[in-house]
Amino acid sequence: MTDTQLDLWEVFIQSKSGLPYIHAGSVHASDMKMALQNARDTYTRRGEGTSIWLLPSKHIVASNPDDKEMLFDPSNDKIYRHPTFYVMPEGATHI
Amino acid sequence: MYVSKQKHMHNEHTDEHFQFRIDNGEYIEPRDYMPEAYRKNLIRQISQHAHSEVIGMQPEGNWITRAPSLRSKQILLAKIQDEGGHGLYLYSAAETLGVSRTEMIEQLHAGKAKYSNIFNYPSLNWADIGAIGWLVDGAAIVNQVSLQRTSYGPYSRAMVRICKEESFHQRQGYEIMATMMKGTKDQQAMAQDAMNRWWWPALMMFGPHDTDSPHSKDAMKWKIKRETNDELRQKFIDKTIPQAELIGLTVPDKDLKWNEAAKKYDHGEINWEEFYSVIKGDGPCNKQRLSHHIKYHEDGVWVREAAEAHKLKTNLSVV
Ligand SMILES: [Fe+2]
Ligand SMILES: [Fe+2]
Repeated sequence: MTDTQLDLWEVFIQSKSGLPYIHAGSVHASDMKMALQNARDTYTRRGEGTSIWLLPSKHIVASNPDDKEMLFDPSNDKIYRHPTFYVMPEGATHI
Repeated sequence: MYVSKQKHMHNEHTDEHFQFRIDNGEYIEPRDYMPEAYRKNLIRQISQHAHSEVIGMQPEGNWITRAPSLRSKQILLAKIQDEGGHGLYLYSAAETLGVSRTEMIEQLHAGKAKYSNIFNYPSLNWADIGAIGWLVDGAAIVNQVSLQRTSYGPYSRAMVRICKEESFHQRQGYEIMATMMKGTKDQQAMAQDAMNRWWWPALMMFGPHDTDSPHSKDAMKWKIKRETNDELRQKFIDKTIPQAELIGLTVPDKDLKWNEAAKKYDHGEINWEEFYSVIKGDGPCNKQRLSHHIKYHEDGVWVREAAEAHKLKTNLSVV
């Protein structure tokens, strides 16, 4: 068996309940259990999180930067997606 | 509108467009176009930085068993654990550029990748642990604060995380020095001796003068580095001198003086001959640092093999 640096995993941390999980970095580990332990030791030594998500890096599906304009252009022709598009009757409140 | 967009898209894979993004203050992410030289320069710098964090654990690890109290032992352990973590953040950042952890470690072991010269000096006594935290981490912090704004996203994010953890490192070192300077004559002499030995190597940590720095021009143009070696060194000096004076330590530089007009300290000549001889491998601990790393890396082979074998036997793998 040749030496290995083990599989690469991506680490996501939720700093407290109610907040989104945010990418923290990655760790190397041979299996889920080790990945969880390593992520805990590497990224949450100071109460940075209350919960961790892990997934093998090779299973991440990512968009291609070249498709940025096609995917993420702000669709300026669809201004009706913004609340300011709509005409409210004079005097309307809480809306 | 449509036409200009087309034109823009055609240009995205050029060095000009890349430089335009850099000049515009944008961050570069792993899958974005980047010139090959930018990638190479980053891999060299980030892996060197990662190796420094890990090799830097050795001089401090040398004093864990001899820390003078349980409190100081706990602190030192936590600090060294942080440094291991810093190494891991940085290896992760370098891996996003397409270099593997295995390759980086091979390059370190083959002497092709460098680590910070400072760790080729020995930690002779407890005062050195104070001097390392205060001066070595202090110098590293000045550099790392600046690198939080480096142009490569994963490197920048690693730096932000590291900087949050570093401030305790410098404080614990300064606390050791301050405590010794309030102690017996012998303890004061030990602290001063550590100061004398670590001051100049700490200044060398920022690298050669700007005029002699081979990688600096491109690194500045690409905003991998945001401030030059000399600028960073000056910041460190100006911050540190008052700290030394406050606790009664003398800076071992007879040419050091406050320059009222420039509002900064002028310092004496750095011994670059020593710097280059240590880089070349002739420092007091070069061989020891590398052979220690190689030994423990090789001693760990069976652990990694066992972990892989265990993975295949259990359902804990998701692959
Ligand atoms: Fe560090
Ligand atoms: Fe540190």
